[in-house]
Amino acid sequence: MNAQPQALDPAQETVGTPFIDDPKISTRHVDVWYGDKQAIFDASLDVGNNEVVALIGPSGCGKSTWLRCLNRMNDTIDICRVEGELKLDGEDIYDRAMDPVLLRARVGMVFQKPNPFPKSIYDNVAYGPRLHGLARNRADMDEIVETSLRRAGLWDEVKDRLDAPGTGLSGGQQQRLCIARTIAVGPEVILMDEPASALDPIATAIIEELIDELRENYSIVIVTHSMQQAARVSQRTAYFHMGRIIEVGDTKQIFTNPRHQLTENYITGKFG
Amino acid sequence: MNNTDIVRQSLKRRYRKERRFRAYGMIAVATGFLFLGFLLTDIVTKALPAFSLTELRLDIPMDRESLGLAEDAEISEDTLRALPYSQIIKKSLRSLFPDIRKRKQKKLLYKLISSGAEFDLRDRLVAHPEWIDGPPQSLWLTADDDVDTWYKLDTQVSRIKPLQAELIQALETQDRIRTAFNTHFFTRSDSREPEMAGIRGALAGSFWTLLVTFVITLPIGVAAALYLEEFAPQNRLTDFIEVNINNLAAVPSIVFGLLGLAIFINFFGMPRSAPLVGGLVLTLMTLPTIIISARAAIKSIPPSIKEAAYGLGASKMQVVFHHVLPLSMPGILTGSIIGMAQALGETAPLLMIGMVAFIVEIPEGVLDSATVLPVQIYLWSDSPERAFSALTAATILVLLGFLATMNALAIFLRKHFERRW
Repeated sequence: MNAQPQALDPAQETVGTPFIDDPKISTRHVDVWYGDKQAIFDASLDVGNNEVVALIGPSGCGKSTWLRCLNRMNDTIDICRVEGELKLDGEDIYDRAMDPVLLRARVGMVFQKPNPFPKSIYDNVAYGPRLHGLARNRADMDEIVETSLRRAGLWDEVKDRLDAPGTGLSGGQQQRLCIARTIAVGPEVILMDEPASALDPIATAIIEELIDELRENYSIVIVTHSMQQAARVSQRTAYFHMGRIIEVGDTKQIFTNPRHQLTENYITGKFG
Repeated sequence: MNNTDIVRQSLKRRYRKERRFRAYGMIAVATGFLFLGFLLTDIVTKALPAFSLTELRLDIPMDRESLGLAEDAEISEDTLRALPYSQIIKKSLRSLFPDIRKRKQKKLLYKLISSGAEFDLRDRLVAHPEWIDGPPQSLWLTADDDVDTWYKLDTQVSRIKPLQAELIQALETQDRIRTAFNTHFFTRSDSREPEMAGIRGALAGSFWTLLVTFVITLPIGVAAALYLEEFAPQNRLTDFIEVNINNLAAVPSIVFGLLGLAIFINFFGMPRSAPLVGGLVLTLMTLPTIIISARAAIKSIPPSIKEAAYGLGASKMQVVFHHVLPLSMPGILTGSIIGMAQALGETAPLLMIGMVAFIVEIPEGVLDSATVLPVQIYLWSDSPERAFSALTAATILVLLGFLATMNALAIFLRKHFERRW
């Protein structure tokens, strides 16, 4: 279990198939620093349309950091610096012309801990559309809220108490509410940072099912510590290790036949 | 001896230690309560006499001749105000004791009634012009403070002469003396006569002063706290500012008073003794408290809420005004109320800017001369008349009442709006 990770060859290339045709998001040679400390080294990875990409790896390996580069959530951290080429539909994410507010409307995010606003269920879902003025009137907004809650599989459970506070729901329901809130803005990509890590197995199963359904309409990038979860929900998997992307490939191939020694060590439980 | 025995032995010692520590804690709390109880009992017992006032019943004739009103004079407010009330009262007193003829004795008789009674009588006559030309009115008028103390507390007052004591007894047998609730205390301003003195002016002064303080402190404090917490870059300058805000909170308040005197009054030429200046000075004093508590409230907002809003595409302003500010508002208000309570009890800086003057008029705005409750306490505690010591205690009671209410409100707000994330 405690075998030391092997020393890395700095110039090492990512093993597998990081690049795909017609990517939704493409990143090339991304380096991220927190102050003087480099968190990500030369990471290149594509995310395709209608696919779920799972990011796995030991704690502190940079997968969350890379995820948060995709909607510039790292902007809120003063000392964080991102270099490299990150593109959404061919547009540079870190270009001056790219407005982070618009970017985050296009690239939604679901967080590790369910974080509904301390408002009503309705207002939680309606917050994003209100921000961006997506609904012309009350009826419009009602429809957006209903569709979003339906897609998140929460409608039947909450339709009679839309005025109840979102924080009063159970953990799994809260997380689905957060997903509904993200969907309500109509994003193209959804980033999920360990969305089920705070949930019980039943709630987790519901979320996983939901992710599979959402794939029809969105590109999804999910960070997870559970390899079973990665295997269940994703089409492609990237293995992060100490700030580098070690291996990328079809999920099945990664879990059955990893090509890199580090990947194999991790998924067979030798460390991590 | 095996390990279990060793542990058992040490356990005994540990439990003994715990019991001892608990006893110390209880003693400390009990001592605190004892002092508090002693203080409150002392203040309340001293304050009680201030809430009642001795009055004398005098028969005031209402015919024009006795009132000194010309036969053909029109009855208007102006004419009624100009009547020789002092003479009227003296005449009425004399009529009660026709035996008293010597000048010295008469003087002692006149001293039974408060020198402020004539204004009371005037106000009542102005309010009831229909009394004129009617039958004599039997009216209760405020007695002198020496009579008040003597009669109410049943103690020897050296300034009451034997003749006066006799007169008071005579009044008692005629049912012409009583103690009634002291309305002057709540309706009148400061006066040289304790029986005519009240806290209305000081209350109004405190109100205007705190209003100025609140209106200026809250926006500045909240804006500063929001900027420092949410917008300011983390660098040496903000560190420097932070340290100095904390320093400012520790500056003795009298220094702020001197600052206010130098800047607001001497440099900007604002009026002396005015609630405006008092409020500004208290603003200087309260700002650090409010900034510090507002920053703590803002800091306690979980970052996950902010992240959620950012993740949905909210701009920084929207995150701050949709989430951070509303969620931290109860905490900010709690801090402000506590800051206001501090300001309400502040005396020293206000002495520096002249809010310590003897002011009879009730201030009607932030530019009128005024004094405030704690300064009123300071002023009265210095007065030689015995009745003032009861007034002092009563004012302390009122001030403590306000402070307790404000703190209770703060606690209520905190409990009521406390959120579980």
